[in-house]
Amino acid sequence: MTTIAARVVPVPVRLGGGRHLVERNFLLYRRSWVVFISGFFEPVFYLLSIGVGVAHLVGAFTLSDGTKIAYAAFVAPAMLASSAMNGAIFDSTYNIFFRMKYAKLYDSILATPLRPWDVATGEVTWALLRGAIYSAMFIVVMLIMGLVSSWWALVALPAAVLIGFAFAGAGMALTTFMRSWQDFEFVQLTIMPMFLFSATFYPVETYPGAIRWLVEITPLYQGVVLERAFSTGNVSWFLLIHAFYLAAMGTFGMYVASRRLGKLLLK
Amino acid sequence: MAVAVENGRRMFDYWLTVYKRTWQGTMISSFLLPMLYLAAMGIGLGSFVDNNGTGALGGVSYLQFIAPGLLASTALQIAVGEATYPVLSGLKWQKFYYSMIATPLRPADVVYGQLAFIAFRVFTSCAVFLVIITLFGGLKSPFGALGLLVALLVGMATAAPIAAFATTLENDSGFAMVFRFGVVPAFLFSGAFFPVSQLPDWIEWLAYVSPLWHAVDLARNLSLGTVKPWLALLNIGYLLAWFLAGTWLAVRGFTKRLIK
Repeated sequence: MTTIAARVVPVPVRLGGGRHLVERNFLLYRRSWVVFISGFFEPVFYLLSIGVGVAHLVGAFTLSDGTKIAYAAFVAPAMLASSAMNGAIFDSTYNIFFRMKYAKLYDSILATPLRPWDVATGEVTWALLRGAIYSAMFIVVMLIMGLVSSWWALVALPAAVLIGFAFAGAGMALTTFMRSWQDFEFVQLTIMPMFLFSATFYPVETYPGAIRWLVEITPLYQGVVLERAFSTGNVSWFLLIHAFYLAAMGTFGMYVASRRLGKLLLK
Repeated sequence: MAVAVENGRRMFDYWLTVYKRTWQGTMISSFLLPMLYLAAMGIGLGSFVDNNGTGALGGVSYLQFIAPGLLASTALQIAVGEATYPVLSGLKWQKFYYSMIATPLRPADVVYGQLAFIAFRVFTSCAVFLVIITLFGGLKSPFGALGLLVALLVGMATAAPIAAFATTLENDSGFAMVFRFGVVPAFLFSGAFFPVSQLPDWIEWLAYVSPLWHAVDLARNLSLGTVKPWLALLNIGYLLAWFLAGTWLAVRGFTKRLIK
């Protein structure tokens, strides 16, 4: 029954062979669903701690355009964007490195009619499906806590999937260059500062000139801007630039990843 | 007793030799991440908290409020990290503990050596972090430096029972649960970022059960000069109880797993 469900999940034609890999991961995670479900709790804990606990200390926030916003409503969309990033990065770095180096999964897969591009699209599709489930659950939590003030929030889920796409593509491309587990410290080194400084906990206007500019070019900042706009309903055409940035990052990452996989595994 | 000390010393020596080759890898998680938290929360978010009036925190700046909390949380995270994967690796993947007990070392010595090394890691990392906190102006009184001993205590109070837990596992998925439902909530809800009195009553009681709250409270009171002797004794006693019970369980777990 579940196998049939995995086969029925609609995938774009271009993703073709990747769906077999999605099915494989689905069958695998069916056995460890507790680990799967628990991934949802971390951003909720952060939201409760910072968004509710620290919010008492911060009071209401006045944004640059003069609108007042409750601190929890300010932090929640940033947590949504960050958790989309974290999930995608985790899936596309640690998990893929393990499958590539230790489980030798892709060596076996490439012995079948599947090609490196199918591996890249399959793994990324899986990361996105998984991320979409977490994001949907998180948006429901935001709704229950009264942190959503616009119908634009309906677009928050696709936006979270787009953030996931950008980081899954980039993460997978980077993973093909990793030599050992030690190299993953560099992943931490880029993810953590982004999580802490990308206008997640306070507005980007807090930073002076050059640092602000540095924050604004980070990919997580693009995602935070998107999600915050959709949850508050403060939407403009400029958001397309942020969306385009993320789409380009993911596409480029996937292209590099499939090229590198071919090089590494089809020698 | 003398044998235990001598054997534990030899075990510690082993871990130190390993660490001499691998210490670079621990730099980011031990120093950089807590420092980034201090900057983002203490200074960035802190400016908004301080602008809102510091009445809720009893008149101290947000940076001084969270610095002792971050010190204790860092100790917890390092201790748990060192008591999970390395321990299971010795039992399951690399199996080095089995080679160790083939020598005159007993399982108890292996535990003492392992815990001594974790104490070393917690102490050195937290000492460096304490210097950074001081440079940022995060300590209100020089007595705040005693937070280092509190950090060491909470590290040991959590490392020992977690090492005991690790001996019961067959694979590492149990650790994901420890981090997601133990370490992360403890980090977020033990009063490091806001007073636990703001929590709903039933969660507030959970915070008092957590060893981390006792360490955060004690370290903060030392730094702010608000120590109440009876409460401090309770904090220390509670942490010591976790450490002693944890060590006993760890010795039992190691013995059971290594000598079947």
